[in-house]
Amino acid sequence: MEHKIHTVQDHYDPEASKVGMWLFIFTELLLFGGLFIIYSIYRFMNPDAFHLAAGELNSTVGAINTILLLVSSMTIAMSTTALQKDRKGTAIILNEITVMIGIVFLINKYFEWGVKFDHGIWPGSSHLVETMSQGEILFFGLYFIMTGLHALHIIIGLILIVVTIRRIQNGTVHKDRAVLLENAGLYWHLVDVVWIFLFPLFYLIT
Amino acid sequence: MQPTNTNANEANYLEYQGKYKGLLGWILSTDHKRIGLLYLYSMMTMFTVGVLLGLAMRFELLAPGKTIMDAQTYNATFTVHGVIMIFMIVVPGLPAVFGNFLLPLMIGAKDVAFPKLNLLSWWLYVAGAFLVLSAVLFGSGTPDTGWTFYAPHSFKSGTNLLPAVFGAFVLGFSSILTGLNFLVTIHRMRCKGMKWIKLPLFVWTLYGTAWIQLLATPIVGITLVLIALERIFGVGIFDPALGGDPVLYQHLFWIYSHPAVYIMILPAMGAISEIIPTFAQKHIFGYKAVIASTMAIAFVGWLVWGHHMFTAGMSGTAQYYFSLLTFIVALPSAVKVFNWVATMYKGSINIQTPFYWAASFIFVFLVGGLSGLVVGSLATDVYLHDTYFVVAHFHYIVFGGTGFAFFAAIHYWFPKIFGRMYDASWANIGWLVFFIGFLALYSPMFYLGMMGMPRRYYDYLEEFHGGNILATLGSWILATGLVIIVANLFRSARHGKKAEANPWHSKTLEWSVPSPPTLENFDNEPVVDENDGPYNY
Repeated sequence: MEHKIHTVQDHYDPEASKVGMWLFIFTELLLFGGLFIIYSIYRFMNPDAFHLAAGELNSTVGAINTILLLVSSMTIAMSTTALQKDRKGTAIILNEITVMIGIVFLINKYFEWGVKFDHGIWPGSSHLVETMSQGEILFFGLYFIMTGLHALHIIIGLILIVVTIRRIQNGTVHKDRAVLLENAGLYWHLVDVVWIFLFPLFYLIT
Repeated sequence: MQPTNTNANEANYLEYQGKYKGLLGWILSTDHKRIGLLYLYSMMTMFTVGVLLGLAMRFELLAPGKTIMDAQTYNATFTVHGVIMIFMIVVPGLPAVFGNFLLPLMIGAKDVAFPKLNLLSWWLYVAGAFLVLSAVLFGSGTPDTGWTFYAPHSFKSGTNLLPAVFGAFVLGFSSILTGLNFLVTIHRMRCKGMKWIKLPLFVWTLYGTAWIQLLATPIVGITLVLIALERIFGVGIFDPALGGDPVLYQHLFWIYSHPAVYIMILPAMGAISEIIPTFAQKHIFGYKAVIASTMAIAFVGWLVWGHHMFTAGMSGTAQYYFSLLTFIVALPSAVKVFNWVATMYKGSINIQTPFYWAASFIFVFLVGGLSGLVVGSLATDVYLHDTYFVVAHFHYIVFGGTGFAFFAAIHYWFPKIFGRMYDASWANIGWLVFFIGFLALYSPMFYLGMMGMPRRYYDYLEEFHGGNILATLGSWILATGLVIIVANLFRSARHGKKAEANPWHSKTLEWSVPSPPTLENFDNEPVVDENDGPYNY
């Protein structure tokens, strides 16, 4: 993130911006942390229901999304290296690949949620509330909230990367002033890491 | 019209004419000093609303039965009073106003690390305030849950809670960004020679506070989001009918909201730690002990939230630990009190208005802190929980602690902020009236609580009448004092005597620049010498 001090001509402190982004990541981790606490408590209280409900999720789609995010984390890291070597074009292409992968992730998510909706499962749906056990209601509630909040972070991350691409194109982000790209990368890794925990908790542990 | 000047090195920040004129020059300014004042004025507006609601509640309690409002109106009144006073006044209070104004000055910087983000924080604050107010003005009734938004009432209540909850979320976001900004500023922008061990104590308390803001606020953020989702979709996370656990809501809420009381009190302690050495003209007693106790409070404050829930259903083991930790967190606070008193010992005390406020702060903070131990121990808490004793305790701490420190700070730094002196005799009268009113308002509540009067009711039994009359009388005296103080400050900001750069002969850096400071604070980056120090008198 770039911030100029009004009258000081060129106050540029990439270290400060990076520290700022790390602190923001701490905040984000605690935001998700609250949800992970709730998840672990309700899993402990309803082990059987969580087992049953997790079986409903499609672990293939989950695995594909995991691979997608891991690859996109790699491409954005590569774009940072590319920019450091002053290969602007490569950096832009790698960022665009990252954005594309992020969008594919969201499309997968859209279809995944769509299948659940077709089965009448959404937060507070009558099918959920009337036919399923309390543990299953909680599982699906948490599933939609946590993957939904994660998807929101994907969207924020994508916007950040698109802004970065524009800035690389118009030359305000370049080899010696690359902190915006580095911070976008940090944020994207956070989004990735959160998913690395969501995937096993919802899809794999059954 | 004030004269305008576009030279950033000569013009003081009040007169500097930047890209925008008039009001826009303020609300679009990224200057930390102007942002500090923006917070001051917006908070004063909200504080007025909060005080009026408080006065209305006290008026209702003047006599048993319905006096001016019915039960539902009373519930709404204390809810809005609480939401405004907690989320908009005491949580941002000292960090947003004095932290913004002073932090860069105290560490020898030109501004905070991210000035635009700083302005965004203020805009978020305003947005949050409007959201909360919209819950009052529109929709199907004013929220009636109390400021804690306890489940399940917060999603069962038919009142217009959604904007209030969302507003609290936005205010939290503003608080996080301020904390983040201060942390980076303190780490990256200290001037040459300003080592950690030379930082003024106010900066240290801002540092501890900023960590709490950054790490605790997201928890309440997500909890409020869950309450909102519960209202919109009926997800069931906190709904016992769907398998959720309302007590879990209380845990998550207090995981933030207990550390939040240290967000309120730490910078207040920091301001007192600046004022007492200045007016005693003496090095603070135990500089390192004050720092250590600040960080200890910031850390241990995380682990005591359960003491709000002793009667909510919790295992005995958990209760013992929470109670023990509550007693432990009282120790560093006591360390500070000893340090302040020891600083005065054998000092050449210059009795001025800020010193009166600081001295009375120590008194009310002691009473508030010790009464906190009474409700922090298990056996007595069962008896006193949800009585007026608790109301007295937290008003002594939050209003007495943070409020007194705020008034101490506004008088102490007034010459620096506005470049003029306040009228000392009116300021002292205001303090005295306020202090008497404060004692009359909240002291009877200790007694009423011990007699068993429950909190949060618009009505009470005849036997509690006497104490309530005294408290209501106190509220009128306190309000009179408040009017005197604020009117005096407003008048002095325009017509007061011109202030010198350092009227109190203090040693911290902010007093080395002109009053009011220039836009860029320092002509040249200051250098702190090996022998300099914030308290080397």
